[in-house]
Amino acid sequence: MLQLLLNGLAVGCIYGLVALGFVLIYKATELVNFAQGDLMMLGAFTCYMFVVWYGAGYWLAVVLAVVTVALFGAALDSAVLRRVLGQPQFAVVMLTIGLGAIFRSFASIVWGSEIYTLPTPFSARATRIAGVTISHEYISIIAGTVILCAALYAFFTFTRVGVAMQAASQNQLAAYYMGIPVKRMFSLIWAISAGVAAIAGILLAPVSLIDINLGFLGLKAFAAAVLGGFGSIPGALAGGVTIGLIELFSGAYLPQGVKDVAAYVVLLVVLAIRPQGMFGTIARKKV
Amino acid sequence: MRFLLKTSYEQDLRLFRDAVQRNWYIALGLALLVLPALVPTYLVDISLVFIYGLCGVSLMVLAGYTGLVSLGHAAFLGIGAYAHVYFVQDLGLPWVISVALAAAVTAGAGVLVGLPALRMTGVYLSIATLAFALIIQEVLTRWERVTHGLKGRAVDKPVIFGVSLAHDAAFYFLCLAALIGGLWLTANLLRAPTGRAWVAIRDSEIAAQSMGVNRARYKTLAFAYSAALMGVAGALFAHKVGFLAPDIFSVLLSIQFLLMVVVGGLGSLHGALFGAAFVALLPVLISEARDRVPAWAGQVVALAGKDAGAAAFLGVDRFVKQPGLEPGLFGLILVLFILFEPLGVYGRWRKVQLYFSTFPLYKRATFRRQKTYMRSERLR
Repeated sequence: MLQLLLNGLAVGCIYGLVALGFVLIYKATELVNFAQGDLMMLGAFTCYMFVVWYGAGYWLAVVLAVVTVALFGAALDSAVLRRVLGQPQFAVVMLTIGLGAIFRSFASIVWGSEIYTLPTPFSARATRIAGVTISHEYISIIAGTVILCAALYAFFTFTRVGVAMQAASQNQLAAYYMGIPVKRMFSLIWAISAGVAAIAGILLAPVSLIDINLGFLGLKAFAAAVLGGFGSIPGALAGGVTIGLIELFSGAYLPQGVKDVAAYVVLLVVLAIRPQGMFGTIARKKV
Repeated sequence: MRFLLKTSYEQDLRLFRDAVQRNWYIALGLALLVLPALVPTYLVDISLVFIYGLCGVSLMVLAGYTGLVSLGHAAFLGIGAYAHVYFVQDLGLPWVISVALAAAVTAGAGVLVGLPALRMTGVYLSIATLAFALIIQEVLTRWERVTHGLKGRAVDKPVIFGVSLAHDAAFYFLCLAALIGGLWLTANLLRAPTGRAWVAIRDSEIAAQSMGVNRARYKTLAFAYSAALMGVAGALFAHKVGFLAPDIFSVLLSIQFLLMVVVGGLGSLHGALFGAAFVALLPVLISEARDRVPAWAGQVVALAGKDAGAAAFLGVDRFVKQPGLEPGLFGLILVLFILFEPLGVYGRWRKVQLYFSTFPLYKRATFRRQKTYMRSERLR
């Protein structure tokens, strides 16, 4: 029981991290990035490449991978997504879906469609506390998530850049008139979001294996983001953990097959009953 | 340049703009009737174009005309396909009744999705339909009594009124008839008050409501109608593939349908058909290219030196035989269309038409899109 709780917490943290990526981009640009899961996959693959192909140490590889993917995210924004700024939301949805397909294809060409394991300092080690076995991989996921969230929360609340981002997210034109470089803000937010996705991928890599379909986990992270209310950072995390717990408990106590759809059922129910999620603030459009 | 003199409002509601346009359509119809005699080898691919055309029209009604972007239309196709096969093969119902029932079942599923969808807007709706599609795929996998689960189930050739349509040409005409029927019905709906209400909801929900359009009713109707068309397409699709398995109706298929609508051009029935032809024929083109491109690349590089040519042949050959290439290519095309031609193939066609009919007075600004810079709707 306690074991299940811990595992659910760890899985939920991963969902939460991916959801966090969605939320960051949505918060700043009000776009939904359907390629978030695929960015996560790229992060995991990049880290694997640095560790196994080039023999870098784990921590160095993590830093390099996060920086690479973050730069890639920023480049993506300035080269592709900036062009659809000011166009209907639907265009962006389609654009990011297309980008996700390109990333998957790219990964299968560069790294092949085999399944890899990422060796880490936490692999295959466990601690026993009060009769519960906790593997270090799970601890790394939970600890990494908590630290990252705290850092992001502080960034958005206390730094000038963070506040400028919030301003840009509320009214692009007004923020621009106030001298905020809106375009650069957007590139920065894409970089941060891609970096978070990469971290999620790297943390997940030792638990699940790395393959090109890792990105489909992003679909479940949608459930987490919606449950938390798209646009709330603590909400994304809470939503992720809730989804993770629901999934593991339904896997243990409910008939086979329920586990795989539990996240989506929750998503539909939340959307039908309370579309603004647990922490959301959606106002009605005024004419 | 040809001017159309409008003398009454009735003219705006006609199915065809004028006699010239009607004659062109008749010519196109005749061409399609003799097509099987001309290209007998590609009949199966062209039948798929017709089935996808029906899917495209279905999604166009929802996404292009009502503004409800569904990311889960493959689920409706799946429900239609499995329902039809169940009715015909397990219950032994006649073909026509079975297709009608399959359409009714999918329409019911559409209402089921459409009712909660009334509270959602924009991206939320896309996410909800995506979740619905994933749930349906799981149901299709688990409900083994009807669907035979992952083992899949074989589909017999269609038999209508005791006439077997096992031949490719017969199936071609069946698909053509279904497509024309669907198009005619949809075109008529779109020029009737229903279609006007859909377009009004797409352009501004609040304005439509103030004009007395019942938002809940028309949105649900759009979902039901779109799903019903998808059900008919599903029945034909089942016969086309000949073997149903749950993983056919994946998210990727839904995305292909959306690709169809976007590439063709949102908000036009022509666009749905262009898109369908594109999506159904692209794999055929790709497999042709796989066989030929390496040889061409080899020949081109061989001008520089024989060894380099052979190396180029092997390299390109290995590259184009990558299994992951095709979805990536679809993605790339989608991205390029969104960036450079958001109006799709049909939009490009309209531009070319206008260029020639107004020559030399064509202005690029005619099609300039207006940008609206975002103000958050999240905060009061």
